Amino acid sequence: MSGLRILVPVKRVIDYAVKPRVNRAQTAVETASVKHSMNPFDELSIEEAVRLRERKVPVAEIVAFSAGPPKSQDILRTAMAIGADRGIHVVVEEKDPQLEPLGVAKLLKKVVESEKSDLVILGKQSIDDDAGQTGQMLAGLLNWPQATQASKVEIANNTVTVTKEVDGGVETVKAKLPMVITTDLRLNEPRYASLPNIMKAKKKKLDKKTLADYDLDAPPRLKIIKVTEPPPRKGGVKVDDVDGMISKLKELGAL
Amino acid sequence: MASATSEPHQPDAEGDLNGAPAPAKTIKFTSETYPEIKRNSKFAKLSQEHMQYFQELLGSGSAVLDGLSKDASEDIEPYNSDWMRKYRGHAKLVLKPGSTEEVSKILKYCNDNMLAVVPQGGNTGLVGGSVPVFDEIVINLQRMDKIRSFDEVSGILVADAGVILEVADNFLAEKKHIFPLDLGAKGSCQIGGNVATNAGGLRLLRYGSLHGNVLGIEAVLPDGTVVDDLLTLRKNNTGYDLKHLFIGGEGTIGIITGISILCPQRSAAVNVAYFGLESYEHAQKAFRAAKNQLSEILSAFEMMDGRTQKLLRTGAGKKLPLEGDHPFYCLIETSGSNTDHDSEKLQNFLEHVMEAEIVSDGVLAQDQTQIADLWSCREGVPEILGHWGGVYKYDLSLPIADLYDIVNDVRDRLTNAGLVGDDDSHPCIDVVGYGHMGDANLHLNIPVRRYDKEVEKQLEPFVYEWVQKKSGSISAEHGLGIAKKPYIGYSRSDTMIKLMRQIKDLYDPKGIMNPYKYI
Repeated sequence: MSGLRILVPVKRVIDYAVKPRVNRAQTAVETASVKHSMNPFDELSIEEAVRLRERKVPVAEIVAFSAGPPKSQDILRTAMAIGADRGIHVVVEEKDPQLEPLGVAKLLKKVVESEKSDLVILGKQSIDDDAGQTGQMLAGLLNWPQATQASKVEIANNTVTVTKEVDGGVETVKAKLPMVITTDLRLNEPRYASLPNIMKAKKKKLDKKTLADYDLDAPPRLKIIKVTEPPPRKGGVKVDDVDGMISKLKELGAL
Repeated sequence: MASATSEPHQPDAEGDLNGAPAPAKTIKFTSETYPEIKRNSKFAKLSQEHMQYFQELLGSGSAVLDGLSKDASEDIEPYNSDWMRKYRGHAKLVLKPGSTEEVSKILKYCNDNMLAVVPQGGNTGLVGGSVPVFDEIVINLQRMDKIRSFDEVSGILVADAGVILEVADNFLAEKKHIFPLDLGAKGSCQIGGNVATNAGGLRLLRYGSLHGNVLGIEAVLPDGTVVDDLLTLRKNNTGYDLKHLFIGGEGTIGIITGISILCPQRSAAVNVAYFGLESYEHAQKAFRAAKNQLSEILSAFEMMDGRTQKLLRTGAGKKLPLEGDHPFYCLIETSGSNTDHDSEKLQNFLEHVMEAEIVSDGVLAQDQTQIADLWSCREGVPEILGHWGGVYKYDLSLPIADLYDIVNDVRDRLTNAGLVGDDDSHPCIDVVGYGHMGDANLHLNIPVRRYDKEVEKQLEPFVYEWVQKKSGSISAEHGLGIAKKPYIGYSRSDTMIKLMRQIKDLYDPKGIMNPYKYI
């Protein structure tokens, strides 16, 4: 088997430790001067690709890919510091129409074709819109086998064995390459980007492209009507004794 | 008992650190630990008549905890004993005034009637300064917890002394400002107590000490005089700046009831990097490079020796960010207003220290979770050191060039005495050093399996004499209280102590304020 050509799509999102705030117009989440980082599931994807190489699975190339604003470059550099060989950045300005999961999947299909990738590892969802669709749609468009929510990936010859997280347990599936895998939290623990690797990553190739370069027109199909915050948690009450609790519960209609 | 302070673990009833904090009643009375300290007979004993006065003044509700006319020891115990479970007094009365006026009336009455008092904030001190020794009346400021004003243009906060530090900081965070002090006990300690003890902490490198940030103080002297110096001016050259006597005075000349403090803008962009280095010399070079290239965005420079990090791995099972062992580690934090500007500076700095081989290896946090994880390599150290039974801790200021030498010297000394080893026959696990390198503040720690007289004999006065030779300070940020009272002479000359004494006598001629402590 010749070396694997792995494609790892990554997304720049609001840092998961930051509490998002809805803008005044209730049209979107506030993103200006908010800390952004790589989607945590995508960190798992890049880590897994690098570990495959470290486990002596023949890997010809790991390509990190992102579509998004100019700052998405930062997370591509992070991906390269963790171990991707080069990066591709399709610039989608914040003022331009944003890609929906189907648009991303169509774009990724074109990238897979031009890069001759035979394995795509991507996060099972991005934590900003939580759609959780891109991997599945990509597999459909490519007509490739897919394994979602991976917690373990093994590759021998042309066969991929993936342990998947399913409701109440795990499920193990097997398929031939080429293939799409989406990652789940138990898959691995991403490493830190070390300083020497951060330096090296700055010298790695990063291609800047546009949607037009891939001849893609994917206008949004959905219109966002309103964005609101979840209702604030109501404060609790203290009761003196069991009787007090029972009468309180009755009063609230819980009993 | 050694004077080393042991934060932040609360020992349990057996004196080790595995169980829940020891119940207050099992703590040895300070008067038994230090039999040489005798109750001063000039102070009056609390009587029903006194009690009546306080009840009329404050009401008979929760503002007066009366242990004289009834058994209130359960309620009073938390005010009698300190957080470290090392000191315990015999107070029979706790007063919780709700206003400056009430504090004034209480103090005047105590002064007239020769009743000794102990001012108390969140009672999180590490040197026993905030609890009574004998039957001093505890004056706790917790009911004075109002934020009085905040000016968003100047960033000046005016607040009661009893406001909890974290409450103040959360209030400021809403307004995109930051309290210029941060420390582990922020959830319980009060800002008045922080000022009275001149607390140091994690933000000192960037924002400076409270002597610089506190702009004004409202305090009450023992005779009831209200020192109304609650100014909100940055510049005021009009004679002696008396507020500084109260900052770090540890409640020995008056009680702080309110402060005004300059609060900086909260930084939007924060970055954290963690390095492994070959030697302490390399750590110093890295510090110089950081000051030079990161200058105004540098907000923390912490040093941990390799032994602390190894203990984190073996003791806490923590996965360290760097592979391999390095003799020293440093943590750098930058905070600024513009992510791009900071990142560029940081990249240049990192490139420089790597290329010049000042650091051997390092990582840069890529997200908020990694920032917290890198910080835990520093903040987790005090906790893990208590893992084996106990810790002797010294909080020292030393010239930065000599900062780590004392750790090596103490380690050699204890090793030569056969006290350090891997098995149970040796009391000491290791001798380690870490701390706020940017502030030349070293925490010299000796994690032990058990407290041992032989170890104490080797440590004291050796450590204090060592510090004295280098003109360092025996207490960089923890204060003196009762724990370091005998050792003040190692850091202050007789003349300096005499001048302090004169000030004490001037403002507190009857000596009722926090007696038996350092002065």
